[in-house]
Amino acid sequence: MTSANHEGGARQRASLPLWVTASIKTLGSIAVTMLGLVFITFIIGRVMPIDPVLAIVGERASQSTYDAVYYQLGLDKPVIVQFGYYVWDVMRGDFGMSLLNARPVAEDIARVFPATLELATLGVCFGIVLGVPLGVVAAVRKGSWIDQLARVVALVGYSMPIFWLGLMGLLVFYGILGWVGGPGRVGIFYEDVVPSVTGMILVDSILDRNWTVLKDAFSHIVLPASLLGYYSLAYISRMTRSFMLEQMSAEYITTARVKGMSEWDVVWKHAFRNIRVQLITVIALSYAGLLEGSVLTEIIFSWPGIGSYITTALLSADMNAVLGGTVVVGLIFILLNIFSDLLYKVFDPRAR
Amino acid sequence: MAEQTLRQWLLTDTPTSRRHAKLSALYQGWLSFRGNTMAMIGLWILVALVAIAAAAPLISPHDPFVQDLGNRLAPLGTDGHILGTDSLGRDILSRLIYGSRITLYIVALVALIAPIAGLLVGTVSGYVGGWVDVVLMRITDIFLAFPRLVLALAFVAALGAGIENAVLAISLTAWPPYARIARAETLTIRSADYISAIQLQGAGAMRIITRHIWPLCISSLIVRVTLDMAGIILAAAGLGFLGLGAQPPSPEWGAMISEGRRFILDHWWVATMPGLAIFTVSLAFNLLGDGLRDVLDPKGGE
Repeated sequence: MTSANHEGGARQRASLPLWVTASIKTLGSIAVTMLGLVFITFIIGRVMPIDPVLAIVGERASQSTYDAVYYQLGLDKPVIVQFGYYVWDVMRGDFGMSLLNARPVAEDIARVFPATLELATLGVCFGIVLGVPLGVVAAVRKGSWIDQLARVVALVGYSMPIFWLGLMGLLVFYGILGWVGGPGRVGIFYEDVVPSVTGMILVDSILDRNWTVLKDAFSHIVLPASLLGYYSLAYISRMTRSFMLEQMSAEYITTARVKGMSEWDVVWKHAFRNIRVQLITVIALSYAGLLEGSVLTEIIFSWPGIGSYITTALLSADMNAVLGGTVVVGLIFILLNIFSDLLYKVFDPRAR
Repeated sequence: MAEQTLRQWLLTDTPTSRRHAKLSALYQGWLSFRGNTMAMIGLWILVALVAIAAAAPLISPHDPFVQDLGNRLAPLGTDGHILGTDSLGRDILSRLIYGSRITLYIVALVALIAPIAGLLVGTVSGYVGGWVDVVLMRITDIFLAFPRLVLALAFVAALGAGIENAVLAISLTAWPPYARIARAETLTIRSADYISAIQLQGAGAMRIITRHIWPLCISSLIVRVTLDMAGIILAAAGLGFLGLGAQPPSPEWGAMISEGRRFILDHWWVATMPGLAIFTVSLAFNLLGDGLRDVLDPKGGE
């Protein structure tokens, strides 16, 4: 009986398709990682020296008011129960109230997030458009001046403080040359002119067919986006180069050349095709990196995104907002990482 | 003549003792490192930085904290202030020179704390195995999954601003890669014959890890630390820029950029000079790290 059960169980497990067990495993690890992330922010919220009750009721509140809020926040419960409440709140998208403007943190984040998304997306596009061809050419012409250029571009990108580069960009292209708009998303005359549909001003102004605002918004975003994109350019071009070098030394490339195929076709139709999957994972990773890099860039360019939101909250000790912002950025970061992992597994049979 | 013989002694094919062999390997590594011009430039910049930091009181033309409001925002090349003065009339060059001490202090502390923490976690995880390994690696993965700067921001927000807390926050975000590397090394070392031999002699886990596994993990950790230094400097400068690192009037480079930011359009040098300093130093670390990697780990390069 037991042995029959055993066999049945084994057969069932064997009959489950591989991708099902794999996805259960992946989902499990996603859940654990996210729980860990929430746990870390929870701990950070605990160790801070600010009394959360005092922050809400103020210093002159009576003892009874203090106690009421104390119980309302669940601070009398064991820490593990408090953590349970916290996880439940985060899952429902409730990050508490901002102590600064007494509005739900989740609402604030939803409002500022599109600005960051717009900036990072344009930045990563910039990185792809310039970085991929640069990496490919650097690999094909290994040792040439363009390879050296790619090397310098990457090295400088890895070594430059992003906030300083932002300041220098502002000084040169806005202050001296006057080619671009200054800090902020649009000029002061164009603020709130187009109705906010997506929250991304480029998209909104296109939807509204307001070309003047579009042009102004573009002149404001082009500098921060391209400076931010420079960092993904450094990373993407470096990775593209090493992927391509690996392919170009493979035997099938020699075969293609022996067959008399043109160099263009060898590079783009054969070698490049085989690095697409790796490239997409790299792009997903650099996108995640840009979300992080945008924190400092946003401050330089007074860009009202999630980076500015977190740092403003930080300087005014608004912990709910800081932790809410941290959780959101962390979750997106994890999702992008997982996404790039999955892509790799789905498209590259060797990685399964 | 003596030098010649020393060189021959170092390059011999038949080392006579263990120390001889070790020195010989080191010297050959140095020779191939010396051939890498870029890495040597990086090394020289860093040597210069250490020298400047050590001799700061001797070489700085002014006291970095003394204000001179009558002479504020003096441009580059002003008499007595080659790099000009900041908004409180303090000499920028002197502040940069003293700032190098803070930069080195932060980098040294993080470069000590993070790899040691990672080494501990990684070797224990790899040697003990089982559920300890699973739990420790999960924790490592969670920290790896966090965006570093944002995590450091949240930590500093909770702990309070200041250099020590910034160091702690950066270390907390920097250890996971070291743990991964140390674990991978441990896994390959663990099944080696000589480990079995010591186990048979009755050595405990503690002794095996500290005496026989740690020494072998060091070289890959050193390469990784050097490559990470640039990131550490940039993170520290970023925290300083946000006002979460060193507090004024401390001449920390990131904080100096933040001070100069208000005058960027009219008095550009105030923010430009500290930025150049940060860039130079992190570039030097990147160059040195690339060179070291080529010497110590030939597979990891191009």
